[in-house]
Amino acid sequence: MKNELTIGIGGAAGDGVASAGNTLAQSMARLGLYVYAYNSYQSVIRGGHSYLRLRISAQKPLNHGNQINGLVALNQDTLNRHLPELLAGGICIYNNDKLKPEKAPPGVQLCPLPIYELAGSTALPVMQNTVAIGALIQLMGLEFQALESVFQNVFAKKPQVVAINVSAAKAGFDYALKHFKPFSEKLYKTNNRLALVTGNELLGMGAAVAGCKFYVAYPMSPASGVLHWMAPHAKELGICVRQVEDEISVINMAIGAAHMGVRSICATSGGGFALMTEALGMAGIIETPVVAINVMRGGPSTGLPTKTEQADLNQAIGASQGDYPRIIMAPISISDCFVSVQEAFNFAEQFQCPVIILSELLLSEGNETVNVEFLEQEIKIERGELITPENSTMGKTYLRYLDTPSGVSPRAIPGTPDHLYVSATDEHDEDGVIISDVYTDPVIRKKMADKRARKMQGILQKISKPSLEGSNEAEVTIIGWGSTWGVIKEAAEQLTQEGIKTNHLHFKYLVPFHVKEVLDILKKSKKTVIVEMNQSGQFARHLSAETGFRAHAHIRKYDGEPYEPKHIINGIKQILSQGKEIVEVLSTEPGWRTPHPPGPGVFTQAARIN
Amino acid sequence: MAMTIAVSKEAKHYKSEITPDWCPGCGDYGVLTVLQRACAELNIPNHEILLVSGIGCSSNIPGFFKSYGVHSLHGRALPVATGAKLANHSMTVIAAGGDGDGYGIGQGHFIHAMRRNIDLTYIVMNNEIYGLTTGQTSPTSETNMKTKSTPFGNLEGQLNPLALAIAAGCGFVARGFSGDINHLKTLYMEAIKYPGFALVDVFSPCVTFNKQNTFGWFKERVYKLEDVNHDASQLHSAMEKTLEWGAKIPIGIFYKNPNPRVSLDRLDSTLSGKPLAYQSIGVSKEIRKKLIEEYV
Repeated sequence: MKNELTIGIGGAAGDGVASAGNTLAQSMARLGLYVYAYNSYQSVIRGGHSYLRLRISAQKPLNHGNQINGLVALNQDTLNRHLPELLAGGICIYNNDKLKPEKAPPGVQLCPLPIYELAGSTALPVMQNTVAIGALIQLMGLEFQALESVFQNVFAKKPQVVAINVSAAKAGFDYALKHFKPFSEKLYKTNNRLALVTGNELLGMGAAVAGCKFYVAYPMSPASGVLHWMAPHAKELGICVRQVEDEISVINMAIGAAHMGVRSICATSGGGFALMTEALGMAGIIETPVVAINVMRGGPSTGLPTKTEQADLNQAIGASQGDYPRIIMAPISISDCFVSVQEAFNFAEQFQCPVIILSELLLSEGNETVNVEFLEQEIKIERGELITPENSTMGKTYLRYLDTPSGVSPRAIPGTPDHLYVSATDEHDEDGVIISDVYTDPVIRKKMADKRARKMQGILQKISKPSLEGSNEAEVTIIGWGSTWGVIKEAAEQLTQEGIKTNHLHFKYLVPFHVKEVLDILKKSKKTVIVEMNQSGQFARHLSAETGFRAHAHIRKYDGEPYEPKHIINGIKQILSQGKEIVEVLSTEPGWRTPHPPGPGVFTQAARIN
Repeated sequence: MAMTIAVSKEAKHYKSEITPDWCPGCGDYGVLTVLQRACAELNIPNHEILLVSGIGCSSNIPGFFKSYGVHSLHGRALPVATGAKLANHSMTVIAAGGDGDGYGIGQGHFIHAMRRNIDLTYIVMNNEIYGLTTGQTSPTSETNMKTKSTPFGNLEGQLNPLALAIAAGCGFVARGFSGDINHLKTLYMEAIKYPGFALVDVFSPCVTFNKQNTFGWFKERVYKLEDVNHDASQLHSAMEKTLEWGAKIPIGIFYKNPNPRVSLDRLDSTLSGKPLAYQSIGVSKEIRKKLIEEYV
């Protein structure tokens, strides 16, 4: 047994699902227990159904798991939806003064809490959450102290609030000890030093440690978390943080700042990224190092603002007119966001081109515990060939766009004496003079296009090559990219345990592409299956375009909810046993679904639910 | 170590090796010459100027001006210039472009740049037409004007950029005429010296595609605000003056805020020291530790 518990917390938006989840997750982190948390929510501030699933273990969980062992229901709706999901041996905690459960599944223990009695009849409604978390900690077999320290931390400036919460939580803890049976599976504290972070926080923190000095944004879910990290840290870190009128302004300002020699970054989601694309081409032709993060959500258009998807790969590959060097990378886990953004700055400056980071709602808004040592690792800042007022030598003729074997031209930052140049979005010669108007020359055009394109060769040597995880001799090779690394890894391991030998090839760097190395691996694979979170198989087409390789089968999901290991395991089994080429996965459990409201359509309510 | 000798500048020091490719007689020649003279009189070192333009005939100006320059995207001169100024506030940043660039596709940035109030000078070469695309209507084209895209006359209203600027909180609002270069030079110098966002809209006639608003047309109509004792410190009378259009059209400084708002590049505490571009980068071990500690 893995000593692991998966807990669901559900309620309406405004019931405090996220804060109850945070309290629990922080307490776990302080006990040295790893947490992976996924929050399924809708684009409403109040109401709806918000559901958080936390997987807790002494070994690092790589996804939010298949099913729950414990449920904290903050409203009747949650109780109705999720009670049937509980595994045998599971526990359901709820407010007995307000909620009435239906019949519990076999082996599931109902744990009604008399909230008024425990928190006092005048307590705020959210105190039910505190009492419930107290009870849960007890049933998990953990010490109360960790929870108490979290309250002290969260309400550091309000000692009264700390006291109220601690006493409510303690009441829940003590009540559970007296009245309920704990989980048979016990969790034990470890000595791991863990930080509980979201991908967006790590994108912000990673940018900061990489020396970012300029952050500009327009609010857009699910990317706003980066802005919310940057804004309060701006003063202390000396990062100029601006919120501006639209994403067109965002990217153009970021490029303006980067052009002056400042490490500059911006984050948005697909719609905002669409507005940024013309300017990414500008960064390509004027050779300005800029980093743009697209935190993907369900599309197209407004799509699913609070749901995850991997459907902006086409957009990133096709961003802006014309050919220009660019790097596209997709972090493979929440913690990888921290590394990716630091690499992105180094690559951008070394190769003087835009870098696109394709993050995803699942990573950016998901919570994960990360070892503190991991965050303490230093990645060297590499700025490439930079001429500044401090290191410039005067007197030589300077060509900003000098044609070099690497394609990279030494970059003088404006303000440096004796290096004047104009950076033009029109095609230009080595000195920056445009060849699009009176002066024109096909030879110069080709020379400059080739110079820029050569940079891609250098980039390819810098980025690490994809490699197989798991046994070289496998029946199935699962291919994935970006956020699905953890869930595929677990599925592959479990399939192997069940006797279906499975390995895993995962892509973080999407452009440029290690064609030969990838083909060498795939040619030896017996059955290849691409797993991705979009409808049309964007990565499958990309792989095919780069290598000519077509996978044998595909597993796809584009219903807004992320993969769970069982989805991939079942998908592989269907492919093997039924010879399916495409398996489309759908999350149908009631927990993920809320009913269509009565509306003007011709269908009845019942017909709609189907 | 080289000796630095203070040389007073002349306009020719701001001329690049490239000959302008505007049509003979274009209003933009005047705009360029005057900008070179104004920078010479203000004695700004070439490497401390960044001239940012958008796209259009007039936006070719950085190529002909000796300084650092960015010839950016259509309509995006202001955001690029804003980012640049925030990254290096020790530079004199001038944005330039045409009426289509700034008042058409770039209108959103125009309003917000003024509201935001960065210390930039924005020169709009306003010829009331799209020139580089060979003569379509522009936001400042007069109603009923016949152009390639409005062969039966422009049905839409004419934008009033100066009134818009005052409404958007711009602290320095001026209009010049490229047919009166000495007057224009004063406007540029005042605008560059103004400690905040400064707009200079310039009547810069298109001799090829705008047969209506010609040099002669403007010469007949323009009069100088200083000749009528206009008080540029008064917001309301400035607004009134911006509404004049027709037989008489005013040029000069419409509005100059006597108590300028502190510009954003001075308000932002992260810009109080050395320009961001000249700072060393990365964080200390202690700061990194503190950042991580927030999540432990």
